Amino acid sequence: MAQRTTEIMVGLFILAGGAALLVLALQVSGLTFKPGGETYAVSAYFNDAGGLAPRSRVSMAGVTVGRIREVTLDQETFQARVVIDIEAGYDSIPADSSAIIRTSGLLGEQYIDISPGADLESLADGDTFYETQSALNIERVISNFASGQGGE
Amino acid sequence: MIDGVVDRIAGLGRGALAVVASLGRASMFLWGALAGVPRPSVGLPLLVRQLYTVGVLSLAIVVVSGLFIGMVLALQGYSILSDFGSESAIGQMIALTLLRELGPVVTALLFAGRAGSALTAEIGLMKATEQLSSMEMMGVDPLRRVIAPRLWAGFISMPVLALIFSVVGIWGGMLVGVQWLGVFEGSYWGNMQASVAFLDDVVNGLVKSLVFGFVCTWIAVYQGYDCVPTSAGISSATTRTVVYSSLAVLGLDFVLTAVMFGSF
Repeated sequence: MAQRTTEIMVGLFILAGGAALLVLALQVSGLTFKPGGETYAVSAYFNDAGGLAPRSRVSMAGVTVGRIREVTLDQETFQARVVIDIEAGYDSIPADSSAIIRTSGLLGEQYIDISPGADLESLADGDTFYETQSALNIERVISNFASGQGGE
Repeated sequence: MIDGVVDRIAGLGRGALAVVASLGRASMFLWGALAGVPRPSVGLPLLVRQLYTVGVLSLAIVVVSGLFIGMVLALQGYSILSDFGSESAIGQMIALTLLRELGPVVTALLFAGRAGSALTAEIGLMKATEQLSSMEMMGVDPLRRVIAPRLWAGFISMPVLALIFSVVGIWGGMLVGVQWLGVFEGSYWGNMQASVAFLDDVVNGLVKSLVFGFVCTWIAVYQGYDCVPTSAGISSATTRTVVYSSLAVLGLDFVLTAVMFGSF
C-alpha cells in the first residue's frame, strides 16, 4: 500500500514537471505548434536595420501579421536584408506598401510596421518591399541637430 | 631552510595527488554505479522510492522559494523599471531571469541542501553501520543496489524541480506585478512571449539543471560512500557535500552561461 502511494506521488511529480514544461513552452515562450507553410516570405532592404532581430514583430495598423525570419547584410548594396514571414491569412497586402522600422515606446524593442499602399496587386511569396524607411537613430538625430545639419 | 622548502613542495604534491586520486575514485564509483542496467522488476521500485524521497519531498521547499523569488523579482524590477516608464517589461525580466539563471541555480542550491545532504548522511550511516559491507558479503553490489537508484533519482528530479520552480516564480511575479502593482496583464505575458525563445532560454535552462542535477547528486552520493565511517566523518562529509555542491553549481553556472549566452 505504501509502495502504491509512493508510486502515485512520483507519477504526479513527473506529470507536474511535464505540465511545467508545457506552460513554459506555450504560455511563457509563446511557442505555437503551427505546421510549416502557413506563412509566405517577403524581403525588405534597409539602410539601417537598427535593433531588429529574428522573431521581432511585424505589424500592420498595430496588429501583428508576421515575424522576422532573418536579418542579413547584402554584400553588393551593403544594405540590411530583412526576410519577413507573413501569415498566409493576410494575403491582400498591396504590393506598393512600405516597411517602416519603428520602436515600441521610448526604450522598447524595434519592429516593422507595414504602411499599406494603393496597388491592386498583392504582395506574394518572394516579393520585395521597394519603399522602406530605416530605423530612427536617436543619436544620429541629436548629432545632426547639434552640428546644425538638422535642416538639410 | 632548504628542507623546509622541500617539505612545502612535498606537501603540495601530496595534496595534488590526493585530489587526483579522489577524482579517480569518484569516476570509478560513478562508472560502477551506472554501468550495469538492473532488471526493471528490481530496479524500478527502488528508483520510485528514491524519486519520492529526493524529488517529491523537495517539492515543498522548491515551490515556496520559487513563489517568493518570483514575487521579490517583481517588486525589485518594478521599482527600477518604473523609473524609466517601462514597467511593462517586468514579465520579460522575470521570465528571463528565472529561466536562464535563478531557476536552475537556486533549485540546485536548495537541492544540495535539502536532498544532497540527506543522501550523504544516509549512505554514510549505511557505511558506518556496515550495511554496505554486509550487502557485499551477500553478493549484492551496493553500487547497483544503493547508489544507482539514488543517482538516477537525482538526475531525473532536478530538471523537474527547476521547471516547477520557474513556473511558480513566473506565477508569483504575476501575482505581485499584475494583481498588486497594476501592470497590464496583456503586456506582462506579451512582452514575455516576445522575448523568451523556447530553444535559447527554456531548453538552455533545462540543460543547466540537468548538469547541476548530475553534479550535485554525484557529489552527494560519492561523499557518503567515501566518508570516514564515524559520526565525525559523516558530519564532515555532509558539510563537504553542501559546500562542494554549491561551489560546483556556481562555478559551472558561469561556464555554462558563457558557453550558452556568451556570444551575442
